Amino acid sequence: MSAPANQNKIIKWVDDRLPIFTLMQHSAIEYPTPRNLNYWWNFGSLAGFMLVVMILSGIFLAMSYTAHVDYAFDSVERIMRDVNYGWLLRYLHMNGASMFFLTVLIHIFRGMYYGSFKAPREVLWWLGILLYLAMMATAFMGYVLPWGQMSFWGATVITNLFSAIPVVGSSIVTWLWGGFSVGNPTLNRFFAFHYLLPFVIFAIMFLHVWALHTVKSNNPLGIDVKGPQDTIPFHPYYTIKDLYGIGLFLMVYLFFVFYYPNLFGEPDNYIPANPMVTPPHIVPEWYFLPFYAILRAVPNKLLGVVMMFSAIIVLFFLPWLDTSRVRSARFRPIYKQFFWIFLADCIVLGVVGANPPEGIYVLMGQIATFWYFFHFLVLLPVLGKVEKTRPLPDSISTPVIKKSMEKA
Amino acid sequence: MRRITVTIVAAAALAAATLGLSPSSASAHEGPALEKQSWSWQGFFGGYDPAALKRGFQVYREVCSNCHSLRLLYYRNLSDPGGPGFSVEEVKKIAAEKEVRDGPNDAGDMFTRFARPSDHFAKPFANDNAARTANNGALPPDLSLIIKARNGGPDYVYNLLMGYKEAPPKMVINPGMQYNTVFPGNQIGMPPPVSEGIVTYADGTKATQEQVAKDIVSFLNWAAEPELVARHTLGLKVLGFLFVLTILFYALKIQIWKRVH
Ligand code: HEC
Ligand code: HEM
Repeated sequence: MSAPANQNKIIKWVDDRLPIFTLMQHSAIEYPTPRNLNYWWNFGSLAGFMLVVMILSGIFLAMSYTAHVDYAFDSVERIMRDVNYGWLLRYLHMNGASMFFLTVLIHIFRGMYYGSFKAPREVLWWLGILLYLAMMATAFMGYVLPWGQMSFWGATVITNLFSAIPVVGSSIVTWLWGGFSVGNPTLNRFFAFHYLLPFVIFAIMFLHVWALHTVKSNNPLGIDVKGPQDTIPFHPYYTIKDLYGIGLFLMVYLFFVFYYPNLFGEPDNYIPANPMVTPPHIVPEWYFLPFYAILRAVPNKLLGVVMMFSAIIVLFFLPWLDTSRVRSARFRPIYKQFFWIFLADCIVLGVVGANPPEGIYVLMGQIATFWYFFHFLVLLPVLGKVEKTRPLPDSISTPVIKKSMEKA
Repeated sequence: MRRITVTIVAAAALAAATLGLSPSSASAHEGPALEKQSWSWQGFFGGYDPAALKRGFQVYREVCSNCHSLRLLYYRNLSDPGGPGFSVEEVKKIAAEKEVRDGPNDAGDMFTRFARPSDHFAKPFANDNAARTANNGALPPDLSLIIKARNGGPDYVYNLLMGYKEAPPKMVINPGMQYNTVFPGNQIGMPPPVSEGIVTYADGTKATQEQVAKDIVSFLNWAAEPELVARHTLGLKVLGFLFVLTILFYALKIQIWKRVH
């Protein structure tokens, strides 16, 4: 382990007592990174960036927000109308949640395509799924805070799912609500958790990066790093590439913030919560739709809830369900097809979740749900055994060098 | 690479097919087709036309405010930049037309006084029950956020105001209700609120039904999104800056990565 190049006396004094500069030197500057990462590898840093944006905008929103059923809706409108740049904070936070999920979803599918969940990266993958779960909990509770119609009825529908648990179900729901319906105690505890969980996410993200730096990054070829010729230092190569990615991403994100701030939202959430009036269609935010579709695909409530949670639990077992020894889909011609079919299946589930469970959507939801589990539980284990994979290159640097020679 | 493209296209086609599959999905979600209008605040450079907002406010004041509140607005908002552009003096006069309850005073009593620019818009009814009683049991909703609270936004409200037509012969209209083409269920408890000449515009504009409907919708859009002009102008600056910055990042990236390739 080399000491940081910086020989500044004060830095050295601190570093001898708390090696924080050495740590940064190793993990953000020297960190040896495969030289062939493509742009899909930008989405991890983008997700981290979004977490910071969410925490900062959230803290400033919390300064003007009132967690009380009589004032919550109006306090959010006051942020929109009377707080300086309050509309910007609120739209950054609202659209930021969607963008956060977008980056994380792309990040997850990237991992599936290139086999990044396989040994030795199982724990890294688990921490990622935990992050995804914690994000969903945070976003669900955040959506309740503005106390509009969808906030209220979404909270009612989702918390009611726990009543499907035999015997103790309804007691659990009462306990969650802190009363006999979604009300002021519910709003208060949701705000407390919504404030807390992002910091838990921050801690898990730290572990996630720690695990990453222990096992090192995967790469589009999915083969192991063979030596120093296969890697380049993180700085300046990936710092500048990530910055470029953040620039592009911000343009998309801020385009929505400034020009279509309510595109991802539901008009009903601009109507104050009213326990006496049920909206005609209760739909969750788009990032929950596939799970909502799985929930409703099963006629039995308890089974539906179990299936919905299983849809995420199954991801934890992915490193063992996929039996192929080859990581990257580039060398797995059949898996590659099924990857795209799986992605399409998730989109179909999302569309089904957005529509009322009637007519054709019932059947579509059932087929797509079946395929979701079939993909993980049957297809992947079998495919890994029978698929004829393409020959792997000898090392990362061979094809890279070949490519640059072709170009020259 | 080509295969990936083929599968992406196939996935997109599948998703698109799902979206368009059932005709019921469109009607279940959006109701009948709305006649789309062109609004001055659409697009990157879109903003409000102060003259239209002033006319719209006149319609609200003379017609809608008899039944609908606008509780999130203050009178002072009428002179905010990006809004109807009334002068501070005009706003004082407009506010003073209404009386509001205040207090308690030094004697401990509540009293009424003329409204000031710092007051919320006065409400037409003491509470929801009083509003229902005056309207055959139907509740006129607060209009502060009505544009954001309906699918279709300004187009929906415009079509609603213009949607009072002769009911189809077989349809039974309940007493006190009107046939309306876009209101869910096609029966609405609001009498047709806009018609030719219902107001005489202070600026001399001819008050056709379309004109009145457009003006009040513009005003309500401003009431729902008073920050829109600030948002659009800041957005242009921010996106322009980001565009240049990103190009610089890209140039740097190419430059730095030359050493690797
Ligand atoms: C005589 C009282 C009255 C006047 C004047 C009036 N409204 Fe209404 N309005 C109502 C009532 C009552 C309802 C509720 C209708 C229902 O729920 O059936 C309503 C509902 C509405 C709605 C909501 C429709 C929906 O989708 O739920 C809008 C928008 C609206 N009015 C706009 C206006 C505008 C704009 C004006 C002025 C041009 C106006 N109203 C004038 C009584 C009135
Ligand atoms: C993981 C990060 C976070 C996610 C995914 C998230 C998500 C959300 C969502 C979806 C909403 C509803 C937005 C709306 O429809 O109006 C919301 C609201 C809110 N959040 Fe967060 N949030 C995060 C972090 C934070 C943090 C760290 C804080 C504060 C400390 C915070 C404070 C608030 C407040 C006060 C609101 C209510 C105001 C509003 O609705 O705009 N959030 N959040």
